[in-house]
Amino acid sequence: MTLRISQQLVDEIVAHARQDHPDEACGVVAGPIGSDAPTRFIPMINAARSPNFYEFDSTDLLRLYREMDSNDEDPIVIYHSHTHTEAYPSRTDINYASEPNAHYVLVSTRETGNDDGPYEFRSFRIVDGEVTEETIEVTA
Amino acid sequence: MSITVSLPTILRPYANDQRRVEADGSTLANLIDNLDLTYPGLKSRIVEEGSIRRYVNVYINSEDVRFLNGLDSELSSGDLVDVLPAVAGG
Repeated sequence: MTLRISQQLVDEIVAHARQDHPDEACGVVAGPIGSDAPTRFIPMINAARSPNFYEFDSTDLLRLYREMDSNDEDPIVIYHSHTHTEAYPSRTDINYASEPNAHYVLVSTRETGNDDGPYEFRSFRIVDGEVTEETIEVTA
Repeated sequence: MSITVSLPTILRPYANDQRRVEADGSTLANLIDNLDLTYPGLKSRIVEEGSIRRYVNVYINSEDVRFLNGLDSELSSGDLVDVLPAVAGG
């Protein structure tokens, strides 16, 4: 299993995570249904505004899914940041994961906070409570 | 009196992989009971101990039912019910 994602999308996700640090940042990268290709970056507001929890606002969530429906898109990547721990799904992440076809991307900003520098960027499948890390192929 | 219910990917296997289903019900609780008769197993994925599960959002005509009357929210023919799992984590 591999996530293929452009450098630009990686940069956008990391920039969002840095901007919202010390709170968790979250969002989606949508792509054509069945393509497994993330193309449209959609940063979301963390309604929990918390350093250890994230949740899409329920109104935003419905709007997002309606929009993806009318564009024939799937949520290919669902990303969020960890601001104090490693970029690995927490127990809460696993309990809430409900898109078995999505790549769950985690970014950790614990090293550099709002600043530039090294970051962790990892991708996982979460299906029926089972976490599987996958390789990431960054394209131009 | 027919209500259209839009199901998320994760619940479609319980409903013969349909994205939208039709059911009757005068309240949300009633609708979900009726859905479960046709598609056994759906109810337990949405309702737990008499309330909507914490990580499931249900909307009637785009309004989150937590801001209406929850499972007691009333329904009329032609209403659109959306079920969406929360996107959340720690």
